[in-house]
Amino acid sequence: MSISIKKLTKEGSDNGIRIYRNHRSLDLLYGYLIVASIDFGAGFFAYYARITKKDHIMNKLISRYLSPVWEVTNVFFVFFFVGLVGFFPDMAYYFGQALLVPGSIAIVLLAIRGSFYAFESYGSKNNSVYMFFYGATGLLIPASLSTALTISEGGFLRVTENDVRLQFSELLLNPYSWSVVFLAIVSVLYISSMFLTYYADRADDEGALSLVRKYALFWSIPTIIASMTVFIALSQHNPEHFNRMFDYWWMFGLSVFFYLAAVFLVYSEKFYGWAFIAVMFQFLFAFFGYGVSKLPYLLYPYVTISESVTPETMGLALVIVFIAGLFLLIPSLFLLMRMFLFDADYVKGRK
Amino acid sequence: MVELDSVMLSRMLTAMTLIFHVIFATIGVGVPVMISIAELIGIKKKDPYYSLMAKRWARGFTIIVAVGVVTGTAIGLQLSLLWPSFMQLAGKVIALPLFMETFAFFFEAIFLGAYLYTWDRFKNPMTHWYLSLPIIVGGTLSAFFITTVNAFMNTPAGFDIENGVITSINPLAAMFNPATPTKVFHVVSSAYMTSAAILATIAAITYLVKRDQEYAKRALKLTVTAALVFSVSTAIAGDLSAKFLAEHQPEKLAAGEWHFETEKGADLVVFGTLNEDNEITGAIRLPNMLSFLAYGDFNAEVTGLDQIPDDEEPPLWIHYMFDFMVSIGFLVLGITFLYVLMTYVKKWNPHQKWMLWAIAAIGPLSMLAIEFGWIYAEIGRQPWILRGFMTVAEGATTSPNVGWMFLMFFLLYAVLAGGVLVVLRKMFKDHPAELELEHLYKEVDEGGKR
Ligand code: HDD
Ligand code: HEM
Ligand code: HEM
Repeated sequence: MSISIKKLTKEGSDNGIRIYRNHRSLDLLYGYLIVASIDFGAGFFAYYARITKKDHIMNKLISRYLSPVWEVTNVFFVFFFVGLVGFFPDMAYYFGQALLVPGSIAIVLLAIRGSFYAFESYGSKNNSVYMFFYGATGLLIPASLSTALTISEGGFLRVTENDVRLQFSELLLNPYSWSVVFLAIVSVLYISSMFLTYYADRADDEGALSLVRKYALFWSIPTIIASMTVFIALSQHNPEHFNRMFDYWWMFGLSVFFYLAAVFLVYSEKFYGWAFIAVMFQFLFAFFGYGVSKLPYLLYPYVTISESVTPETMGLALVIVFIAGLFLLIPSLFLLMRMFLFDADYVKGRK
Repeated sequence: MVELDSVMLSRMLTAMTLIFHVIFATIGVGVPVMISIAELIGIKKKDPYYSLMAKRWARGFTIIVAVGVVTGTAIGLQLSLLWPSFMQLAGKVIALPLFMETFAFFFEAIFLGAYLYTWDRFKNPMTHWYLSLPIIVGGTLSAFFITTVNAFMNTPAGFDIENGVITSINPLAAMFNPATPTKVFHVVSSAYMTSAAILATIAAITYLVKRDQEYAKRALKLTVTAALVFSVSTAIAGDLSAKFLAEHQPEKLAAGEWHFETEKGADLVVFGTLNEDNEITGAIRLPNMLSFLAYGDFNAEVTGLDQIPDDEEPPLWIHYMFDFMVSIGFLVLGITFLYVLMTYVKKWNPHQKWMLWAIAAIGPLSMLAIEFGWIYAEIGRQPWILRGFMTVAEGATTSPNVGWMFLMFFLLYAVLAGGVLVVLRKMFKDHPAELELEHLYKEVDEGGKR
């Protein structure tokens, strides 16, 4: 990512902070993408394991991971949209006007998911209805959130002087929008199963490992198919963006490379930790490749990065707070990780 | 009849979400303080009852926090969805505290996770207690940050508008606008007060149904004392808020006090109703008191509604909200004072039925005062969303679907409220404190041997 900052600055952008800011909100989105995918997918797998009567193998593993971190996942989401309002208020205007319905549906799903999770894990154990909600929302939330990305490619809004309307019928009939939904769901399951594979291995849980490893290998196939489909659909929907992507072909190339590496490692049953790191790089490059090639547009064709950013003082203040906040958060996150995710005894269920 | 257009529906949806969220948010800010105090007393006095108290409160707290988080996420997104023009403008000036608030949540969430899952993991119990401090800091900071945003809506600062373009933005001046100090003080203090009062209610009811009386006695003493201290500070903060209003937002004070004519030595109107001709009937008039409350001087001049343009006058019914809030404030102060007095005078028995019933009432009452206070503050800002710069109607979305969203969220909150009640009941009904204490004693013994 630092490479791309340099490149863009060299290309004549006069304003370092501006680019920097754009990257901060991409960072937040990327962070949310990974953390939330693990969480959403795990919910689905927990439910799937239950209906296929394999829950005894899986669920201890999943609940040990999920219990301490669900709130952190949610905060990432809040972080992202608050960051968006802060860094790009004009973007917030368009999205706010257009996304009332999909956005509200996403909130309701998130609310049901978060609270039912807490109800179940601190209150009534092993309730089937709850499990169903937890599994289903895990797939529906990424689908509804992905509409925000779809809309940003343009063509779905009707803009008048003081009104912005989402054209529902166009959204629902558009192949690009469905390809994004498909990619969102599939990637969630892929990222999540890859993480669980690694986590099961850390926990020395042979039974769960062989199960989630199968899931991971299975979902790796639709993941690559869906990515290709999105490319093709985008070339139809927004050729301009599609062509700009070729300027950054090396990013997408690296993404595919890390994808192959991850799948290979999991297939050959070793270095699961590295495999998951490769997955993170796979999405990092795909994601930033997508983001950078889209610049200067944030929302085709209404909002570009140069018009929409917050005025300088605010931008600077936000960046300072962001960095100061990271100094606070990274050590505390590290502490949490040490205590739960990577404390060998805890992972193995001895604590 | 009011017309149900997008503006009205957006207001209703925002109000519903906030009224629901603030219940959980208030507990989220205040209860960590009580948990921390109880745990500390437990460690210092080596009294397992207090440690158990901290544990049981923390367990209930997790459920409340969960709902606070999800409803807070809802309001956070709804602000952009329902008030896009407002957020476009506000985002440029007041985004800083909104952004910092998420850091505070993050901080709190991380340490709450650590706190909840590590009760018995440390050799020195003080190590675990230290984990409660960042939770308090995180919760209170988030209240601070969000309140600065609300203060900004009441007394915007830190920017200029030239030809419709925002210039000279100063994020810190926006954050520390004139309303911030009193508002933050009053909001945080009333959150602490209400949380202590709710825990006192629970303890009083536990005692009344004759369960766990040893446990309940200690809980009562701790929570009622805390509620007394915090209700005194809340009243002081409320008085300062009124002085702030007189200075910076006179229309809100005037509407709340039914103060129509600007005059020196203004009377304070308590209770009463308005008839069709806007004449006050059945009220108690305290001579010169309004001047004293507003400026600390019985003869000071207080701006009345005659100085306010008609179309900028807030609705007059907020007077009731103000009176309810203040009455509850003094009632709770009185009840808690009486109880504390009775515990100090040997002859008196503080655990009499009527006293306990009175204490059982202070939790719900305080929460109502929070709601009344907010409704007073928010309706009293009408017609402005950003006082002096943007009206509510200008800020709202133009989407035609707000009504459906209102219904959807109504159902969501109903489900959440039901869920919370069911789960909390389950959690404590089958697990009386005495039973848990036996387990804990065992642990304590083992700890001693080690
Ligand atoms: C337990 C809750 C509680 C109690 C007992 C009181 N208040 Fe209050 N009050 C609030 C809870 C609250 C609040 C919910 O926190 C508000 C809403 C907005 C705000 O800033 O604080 C509020 C607002 C509020 C305002 C408007 C501030 C503004 O809009 O900027 C004034 C003038 C007062 N209060 C005054 C008082 C007085 C004189 C009280 C006497 C005891 C009192 N309050 C008790
Ligand atoms: C949590 C306690 C709060 C409660 C119970 C509350 C209550 C309300 C109510 C009743 C309204 C409706 C006013 C009307 O329709 O006339 C409202 C409006 C609103 N509130 Fe609050 N409020 C709270 C805190 C806040 C805070 C901290 C903010 C700022 C971030 C805020 C932002 C708004 C906005 C943007 C509106 C819509 C505009 C308006 O109607 O004035 N509220 N709130
Ligand atoms: C004065 C009124 C308010 C207070 C005291 C308050 C405080 C809180 C508290 C204590 C929580 C629970 C977080 C936790 O315990 O981890 C919370 C959640 C939240 N609140 Fe409020 N809040 C208020 C009003 C608002 C308003 C008006 C907004 C909208 C901007 C808002 C946005 C949020 C968000 C986004 C969350 C979820 C954060 C997360 O994911 O952890 N709050 N709030």
